[in-house]
Amino acid sequence: MDKGESFFLPAPSSTVAGEVDALFNFILIASTVLFFIVVFGSIFFAIRYRRRNGKRQYTSEKAHNTKLEIIWTIIPTILVVIVFFWGFSTYLKMHVVPKDALQIKATGQKWFWQFEYKDGASSTNELVVPVGKPVEITLSSTDVIHSFYVPNFRIKMDALPNRYTKTWFEATQEGTFDLFCAEYCGTGHSKMIGTVKVVSEREYDEWLENNAISGEGLSLVELGEKLYTSKACNTCHSIDGTPNTGPTFQGIFGRQEKLQDGTDITADENYIRESILNPQAKIVSGYQPVMPTYQNILKDREVDALVEYLKTLSN
Amino acid sequence: MAKDQLNAQKNYLNEQKGIKSWLFTLDHKRIGIMYLFAIMFFFFIGGVMALFIRLELIRPEEIVVGADTYNQLFTLHGAIMIFLFIVPGIPAIMGNFFLPLMIGAKDVAFPRLNLASWYVYILGSVFAIYSIMNGSVDTGWTFYTPYSSDTGGAVISMTLGIFILGFSSIFTGINFIVTIHKLRAPGMTWFKLPLFAWGTYATAIIQVLATPVLGITLLLLIFERVMGIGIFDPAMGGDPVLYQHFFWFYSHPAVYIMILPAMGIISEVISVFSNKKIFGYKPIAFSSLGIALVSFLVWGHHMFTSGQSELAAMIFSFLTFLVGIPSGIKMFNWMATIYKGSVSFDTPMLYALSFLFLFGIGGFTGIMLGALSVDVHLHDTYFVVAHFHYVMMGGTVMGFLAGLHYWWPKMWGRMYSEYWAKLTVAVIFIGFNMTFFTQFIMGTKGMPRRYHSYVDQFQPLHAFSSVGSFIIGMGFFIMAAYLLHAMFRGKPVGKNPWGALTLEWITSSPPHHHNFERTPLVTDGPYDYDRIMVENDKWIYKDQPVEKPDESQEKVEH
Amino acid sequence: MEHTGDHPKFLAHHFSEASQQQESAKLGMWIFLVTEVLLFSGLFVFYAIFRAWHPDMFINAHVHLNVYLGTLNTFVLITSSLTVALAIRGLQLKKNKQAIWLLIMTLIFAAIFLVVKYFEYSHKFHLGQLPGKFYSFDGIVGTNPHVFFSVYFLLTGLHGVHVIAGMIVIGYVLLRTIKGHFSAEYYTPVENAGLYWHLVDLVWIFLFPLLYLIG
Repeated sequence: MDKGESFFLPAPSSTVAGEVDALFNFILIASTVLFFIVVFGSIFFAIRYRRRNGKRQYTSEKAHNTKLEIIWTIIPTILVVIVFFWGFSTYLKMHVVPKDALQIKATGQKWFWQFEYKDGASSTNELVVPVGKPVEITLSSTDVIHSFYVPNFRIKMDALPNRYTKTWFEATQEGTFDLFCAEYCGTGHSKMIGTVKVVSEREYDEWLENNAISGEGLSLVELGEKLYTSKACNTCHSIDGTPNTGPTFQGIFGRQEKLQDGTDITADENYIRESILNPQAKIVSGYQPVMPTYQNILKDREVDALVEYLKTLSN
Repeated sequence: MAKDQLNAQKNYLNEQKGIKSWLFTLDHKRIGIMYLFAIMFFFFIGGVMALFIRLELIRPEEIVVGADTYNQLFTLHGAIMIFLFIVPGIPAIMGNFFLPLMIGAKDVAFPRLNLASWYVYILGSVFAIYSIMNGSVDTGWTFYTPYSSDTGGAVISMTLGIFILGFSSIFTGINFIVTIHKLRAPGMTWFKLPLFAWGTYATAIIQVLATPVLGITLLLLIFERVMGIGIFDPAMGGDPVLYQHFFWFYSHPAVYIMILPAMGIISEVISVFSNKKIFGYKPIAFSSLGIALVSFLVWGHHMFTSGQSELAAMIFSFLTFLVGIPSGIKMFNWMATIYKGSVSFDTPMLYALSFLFLFGIGGFTGIMLGALSVDVHLHDTYFVVAHFHYVMMGGTVMGFLAGLHYWWPKMWGRMYSEYWAKLTVAVIFIGFNMTFFTQFIMGTKGMPRRYHSYVDQFQPLHAFSSVGSFIIGMGFFIMAAYLLHAMFRGKPVGKNPWGALTLEWITSSPPHHHNFERTPLVTDGPYDYDRIMVENDKWIYKDQPVEKPDESQEKVEH
Repeated sequence: MEHTGDHPKFLAHHFSEASQQQESAKLGMWIFLVTEVLLFSGLFVFYAIFRAWHPDMFINAHVHLNVYLGTLNTFVLITSSLTVALAIRGLQLKKNKQAIWLLIMTLIFAAIFLVVKYFEYSHKFHLGQLPGKFYSFDGIVGTNPHVFFSVYFLLTGLHGVHVIAGMIVIGYVLLRTIKGHFSAEYYTPVENAGLYWHLVDLVWIFLFPLLYLIG
């Protein structure tokens, strides 16, 4: 178990997580007590007053007890009112973003997360944030509804195609945390898993700087190989021939593909480039037109890098 | 010899013979039986799908089905179990068969409409089957837009099927409301109604008021797909969150369509098997109505993370807690009913106790989900999956099984094997908790629902859950065997094997075509166990220790 | 459970008195009408929300509806409600022949309504003022004018389906009236058909101002 992880809950790693957990535990304890009283009480009475030697008996005509009934109405009511206010006050905290929060834009699409930071830095499926600073995430979607969920932070917010939604968090410890899509979005829903990398402020600034000049110092093939995973190509395209949502990249370069409209095409540089930037243009037969465009996500050099990388998979 | 006796006696099963006498019957009891077989068929299909889902989830990699097929499986499992099994389940089977008997009526108010509603159900299910055969659906049973307006597959025939099923539900609801209002036997006042009738009545109100909204929602969804009318699809200027509002306006009250009749059965069973007057008759009756009304005001609690306003979230959260309290009151009342009773542990009672246990857990986890901040963490995780299985299966299905075992001897005039039945209770109870309690833990740890594969840390829990699901499957298999055996070969029973005081037990088992020899005149309450006791089909009055002559047992008055 | 001598022919076996049967049928009908209102309510909510979001577009689009034809149809439907009510009165007063003629008139009015609606529809088809993605008209200022025609066609279309259903129901009770099934003692089916027809009329009375007379 990680530090702070309990039987039910994962380690709390944001400022609101502690409050959520406290309420969860309060309900858990109160419920357990009430559950024992009502359910085990019933079972106990059933055994205590079991029918002996199969003979029915006339039983009490008492079917009403005002005092008792008031008690068992009032006590649960008081408890739920407490739970209501407690839950609502934390919920408000989750929704009121601190003024000095870092702004990051997150776009959900089938089936990855794209993050845009200030100064033009960007990342796919890996959200990098500094520890101890509030971060505001502005969410949207380019296709269906997705939901941004980081269990360790106890936050979740839907990403909608027609409006922006917001959520925020302040990570309290460094580390790498799972980022799930919690709203069902189709074939790759369960593979739409990213990570939140919480780093020190210094590392964060360094990362931002490096991100803008990403891939410099790498050869095209090396960069392409990195992009294959970092831009989530691997969600739908295998490199070992396993069937998946999209055609495999194994041996793709120079391969003859049959398109949906019946024509044949050879996968050359231009076809690959077109398929990355305008994926709906030529769909290989047997596959769904579900790939999002990488226009504005990939820079020119990165497209080149992917093409070069794919070439190496054909040898 | 016993068998011959039973067959010689005229009853609704043997009065007319041949397939036509069933397909054109107007007898509410036969229609109830036809519903029983149709609904159980779909329960079986939905159950097999659940087993495939659990099989696939044993390990994170693909085992039996790919992601697309998996998505179809959980969609169909949900859609079939909700719309073809659990919504019609108790009202259409047991409501049809027993509501008229319990209030001393000869039939429901509109027998032809009743038969029509069965055919409408079959027609709706044909559309659903057509959809499964022709591309199927992968939208989740909630059909959220814009996914459902864009995805491939046979979404239209499925939603059209559910639209049609809605009419079946509405017809049943109208029939029950009118039946309870107008066809009660002389002396059967509102507060002498058995609590199952109250539960059915509250359910019928929801059926009538909520189902049309589902109908129009699905119709709008169909038009959105066909013509892009621009209500839900953002590409055409619509709003997907509006769809969620429309959908949950029906589908939240619908969960009370599912649970209220089950609560009615539990009230009957606990009172009968404790041989004690039900504690808090009026609170139980009115809490059903209260739940029915407030249930229309809580739909937004399915949308706490959808970006709705904080004010809306606050109101919906508050009302959600309000609707929880009546259910809690019922739990206390049932406990107080058992207290100082004369309790027997026959199979229906074991299911009722299972209900208290499992529905209790389902209810308390509902409080967790109603709390705004906690819901943000738990929404759309396995916690929600576990919660509604505890409420729907641990609650409604346990109530359904309690009712099925309680009334099975009345339906067929024959008794099942108590030994196998009790064994099955244990098997299902253990399997159920293995399957779904594990899912609570997965959910709180952050495992999102509707995942074909998952991160490795959840593997042991998923595997354990899957084992449990196969134990449940085994339990239902045994149950099918002994119930079917009892139908044909079971030991014949008398009028009143459980010593119950509601009216369905004063007539023969199985009842004859017109239910009663003559219309009963009701003077006693349905739960007067303080002064009436039934032994060997004789009604023995405490203050009047004279045995009733056998012939006049059709009447309850003395 | 044989039918006893004093059991009238129209009384089903599971009712003990004619009044019980009549009250049941009427209660059932009223509940059914409630479900119908709720069915339409979904579309009214659709209307209300999109009108609140795009009030100008709704006003700009609604001028393309023909108020004269709408008014004509309103009168036609209100009159037909009157004739069906008079038909029931005719049965109560044992004037069966009069009732038959009034029911036929109701059917004629319903048919006139549909014919007028047909002309309205075909004009819009011609101009491309169609719902959703079939919308091809060019000349309405505002956001998503196709949504207005979605609402228009859905509301009037669903209402039109109800008019046709109402005609079938009235045709059925007309046939039974001609066959002499009804009398001053028993005319519940006609009464229920009348209730249904009043609802169809009432829905139109809401549709007409909401669609034709805004702005």
